[in-house]
Amino acid sequence: MIEFLKNLDRRWIFLLMLLSVAIPILLQTQFEETPSKLSIAVFDQLEKLEEGDKILLAFDFDPGSEGELGPMATTFVRHCCEKKLKMYFMALWPVGEQMIVDNIARVIKADFPELVYGTDYMNLGFKAGNEGVIKVVLTDMRQLYTTDAEGTAIDEIPMMQGVDNIKAMDLMINISAGYPGTKEWVQYAVTRYPDKITLVAGCTGVQAPLLYPYIPQQLPGLLAAIKGAAEYEKLVMDKYGKRDADGNMDEEGKYFEGRRRMGPQLVAHVLMVLLIVVGNLIFFAERRREKRQ
Amino acid sequence: MKRQIPLLIAMIAGFVMIVAYFIPYTVSWGDTVIVWFDVLAAIAFVLGGGNLLKVHLKKTSDQVPGWGYSVITIVAFVIMLVIGLGKIGVNPAAKYPEFAWSGKFSEMGSPFWWLYEYVFKPLQATIFSMLAFYVASAAFRAFRAKNIEAILLLATAFIILLGRTAAGPALTGWFPDAIEGLEADKLTSYLMTVFNTAGNRAIMIGIALGTASVSLKILLGVERSYLGSGEE
Repeated sequence: MIEFLKNLDRRWIFLLMLLSVAIPILLQTQFEETPSKLSIAVFDQLEKLEEGDKILLAFDFDPGSEGELGPMATTFVRHCCEKKLKMYFMALWPVGEQMIVDNIARVIKADFPELVYGTDYMNLGFKAGNEGVIKVVLTDMRQLYTTDAEGTAIDEIPMMQGVDNIKAMDLMINISAGYPGTKEWVQYAVTRYPDKITLVAGCTGVQAPLLYPYIPQQLPGLLAAIKGAAEYEKLVMDKYGKRDADGNMDEEGKYFEGRRRMGPQLVAHVLMVLLIVVGNLIFFAERRREKRQ
Repeated sequence: MKRQIPLLIAMIAGFVMIVAYFIPYTVSWGDTVIVWFDVLAAIAFVLGGGNLLKVHLKKTSDQVPGWGYSVITIVAFVIMLVIGLGKIGVNPAAKYPEFAWSGKFSEMGSPFWWLYEYVFKPLQATIFSMLAFYVASAAFRAFRAKNIEAILLLATAFIILLGRTAAGPALTGWFPDAIEGLEADKLTSYLMTVFNTAGNRAIMIGIALGTASVSLKILLGVERSYLGSGEE
């Protein structure tokens, strides 16, 4: 048995991983999420805002991390729409702009058609320059953004009147998959103007440990990976989700994606633990055999 | 001159940025430098594209092992570039119907959008998701409790893996109040906010000091490796 496991073809492990992810997806397995302090902090930061307050949403991710960050992006936009905030979208990642366009179509145009482009939300699009862009939008947005992503002159957009820089924002949300991302927003924007800029973020699992040192002074709230997204989604949907006569949530699946993706994650994590345990059992059995010999 | 001018530009830009950070009057100087940086960053995309072509064309012409991948890279690059820049299949913008090229390159339904949506997006998502398979295989083969450090790492991995899902509370939620803090989700939170934060802060302070020292060396012209070897 030990020999069999020791020489196990890795394709069997790949198959196990495939099944552990595929089965919960097919069965639509969901588990109850208990929101953590950090997710509640993110939710509270948005809840504190009043109707008409300005919010900057920087989507710094791409399709590679969409599986992990997409659900929180969708929920953030939904939450902003429910609160009737003025949304300013921007991206430091080239494909981030597409993530913005997708979410505008998926949430705003689909579920909040009454919101008007240029009055309730606008897309500044992508600009090259990483932290350089952050430094400029801190003092004068018009130096970089002369038009929005659609090519309309910034000064012709009603919601840009009186907005010279991002210090005019009441809150900033960054969804980050790496560099440039939350770390750069904290270092170049929040640290420079701690009293004027408040930032909450959502990030990938591998980034989260690197962002904890900024909590809570520079980063009051953080959604870490799909778990954070699922918790935040629960908070938002518990408050704003529509229910049918029996009290069941009556919404489209896009606002359940975070919680739905926790099912495969749970089974995959348990599989990882089991694989590590089995791997170590083989290791100790071999070592004992070597000692005996 | 080939080395002195870039060195001078780096020195001036660097010192202007430092001064702009501390003296409010000079903030606009710093902004000007940054705008120049952003313009250069945009130009760097063109340089990057040119370099990509140069490298892969050379690999293809030399027929080095794996040159077939270079051909794929060149073909994919050229197709995306031509379709994107040429705005092929894009309708004119509603605001400027008389100008054929006034539409957005990524307009829904356009060939560029199609390539993004049905080629680029699934490919990138696939590459990212393949990590799970390799991590699982590596966990089985390499994650061994060989010494105290490895045991600590293993224990932490177990707690985080379980604590970040509903499995943690399900397995440890029955713990009595006296040892409530040992429940997987609470332990995960404790590990992340105390041990992880402390360790990361120490590393960050070290990196910051190192960065400050290297930056100073660059500004003073002591460190010149970023200029390259000077050989073609």
